Amino acid sequence: MKVLVAVKRVVDYNVKIRVKADKSGVETANVKMSMNPFDEIGVEEAVRLKEAGTATEIVAVSIGPQACQETIRTALAMGADRGILVKTDDEVQPLGVAKIFKALVEKEAPDLVLMGKQAIDDDSNQTGQMLAGLLGWPQATFLSKVELGDGSATMTREIDGGLETISVKMPCVGTVDLRLNTPRYASLPNIMKAKKKPIETIELGDLGVDTAPRLTTVSVEDPPARQAGVMVPDVAALVDKLRNEAKVI
Amino acid sequence: MSILVIADHDTTAVRQSTLATMTAAGQIGGDVTVLVAGEGCKAAAEDAAKLPGVAKVLCCDSPLYAHHLAESFAALILGIAKDYTHVLAPAVTMGKNTLPRVAALLDVAMLSDISGVVDADTFVRPIYAGNAMATVKSADAIKIITVRGASFDKAEHGSGSATVEDLAPAEDPGLSSFVGQELSKSERPELTSARVVVSGGRGMGSGENFHHIEKLADQLGGAVGASRAAVDAGYAPNDFQVGQTGKIVAPDLYVAVGISGAIQHLAGMKDSKVIVAINKDEEAPIFQVADYGLVADLFEAVPALEAELAKG
Repeated sequence: MKVLVAVKRVVDYNVKIRVKADKSGVETANVKMSMNPFDEIGVEEAVRLKEAGTATEIVAVSIGPQACQETIRTALAMGADRGILVKTDDEVQPLGVAKIFKALVEKEAPDLVLMGKQAIDDDSNQTGQMLAGLLGWPQATFLSKVELGDGSATMTREIDGGLETISVKMPCVGTVDLRLNTPRYASLPNIMKAKKKPIETIELGDLGVDTAPRLTTVSVEDPPARQAGVMVPDVAALVDKLRNEAKVI
Repeated sequence: MSILVIADHDTTAVRQSTLATMTAAGQIGGDVTVLVAGEGCKAAAEDAAKLPGVAKVLCCDSPLYAHHLAESFAALILGIAKDYTHVLAPAVTMGKNTLPRVAALLDVAMLSDISGVVDADTFVRPIYAGNAMATVKSADAIKIITVRGASFDKAEHGSGSATVEDLAPAEDPGLSSFVGQELSKSERPELTSARVVVSGGRGMGSGENFHHIEKLADQLGGAVGASRAAVDAGYAPNDFQVGQTGKIVAPDLYVAVGISGAIQHLAGMKDSKVIVAINKDEEAPIFQVADYGLVADLFEAVPALEAELAKG
């Protein structure tokens, strides 16, 4: 069974982001970049499926500039077998990403596509659902448990009030949530081994997919700042403030 | 402008998230049709008909939509979406799961989790966990949008009297089926619509200690929340999680106990009207967003707070 995993290169989750002075976006020059943490969970799940003997090959895919190779290498060091970089310096929005993945799925014919439920840069939470729709495949979003069977999968999802279990036909698209697993750190020998694993580079233009952005970013601004509050000396003062000043209790 | 609002409901009434979505629809302006789909959802459809500004309610009462599985539910929405300029759903599991699929099948972009309406084509949405706000304009003929409930006032259930029409189910694509669910049972108000939320963080030290949070929440008539650190440590279930990767809340009063205030947590609660932080570390970033900060050991402060509140 072949698994395709999506790995997006994003600003590292520990970086305090800065909005550009001209309000055109967020500063990404000279900022530490990492694999989207949700995608790491997707890679980890694929590797566990391979270790359990369910998956036979894991292909890690990233879309973006040449530097995305590093993100693919991280996935290879975690245990993916090979990588595909769809190279472009242009902005690709979720619908475009889904169309690129559709083209790759038609080429690679995986049984399962795994990706994070959202990327921590644009927080869209769209690509997996869009890809499933375009392929006419079922989708299992916000996964906390994956059980692959013969021709179908039993998937447990994080929903508003708790957990939901659904059965989906295979092949399918899964988007993973936080509690599915804890991603491993790549060991040094595996990092060395990853350097020898193949990464195929495909120019976006060669895929013949329409990825023209449909959304225009008018401006990006800092969120409204909260006014600094006051420190209270004790519980009695706190309750007094809440009752008589804020009037919320 | 003609707007389709996909209702989030419990089969007897629409949920708070739908009321916020109605407000967003009102700000876009135009005729609003509400789709209520589910099993035995007639009462919810009648409830939706009382919302202000609703021209028509479409009720699709079918077991096919009992759990809003994305494959079948998207097929139903697709069948009618072309009659509208905007399709809106609350950014709850149902909306987040289904609408991107609808958008892709219509070959249009989607705007997730909007927090503001600029005009009929232009919307504000948080990015980078709410650390930046993007104003985004859509060029597509149909705008597919999920609405952040905490960012819009709840529409008042008015004296509206829209007509309710039955809508036939769409063909079942037969790709998925419901197996079961485990819902957290609670007498407390729902986290995203509670007037008061009391949340615990890693400082709670253990799952057992969370009863301090529960007791305080009950005393204040509030819901219980948790930081991602507390969830990761196994102190609280994931559906308590407030933050970028959990729920977004904006109650009148948010009490953060033993929470340091990681960016990802602040993203989920910084729109609360009044924030109280109790933490023994005076350097904790949570104090930078708190209206009232108390540097104290939570195991002393929380019982003292309960006693003080009990004095009335």
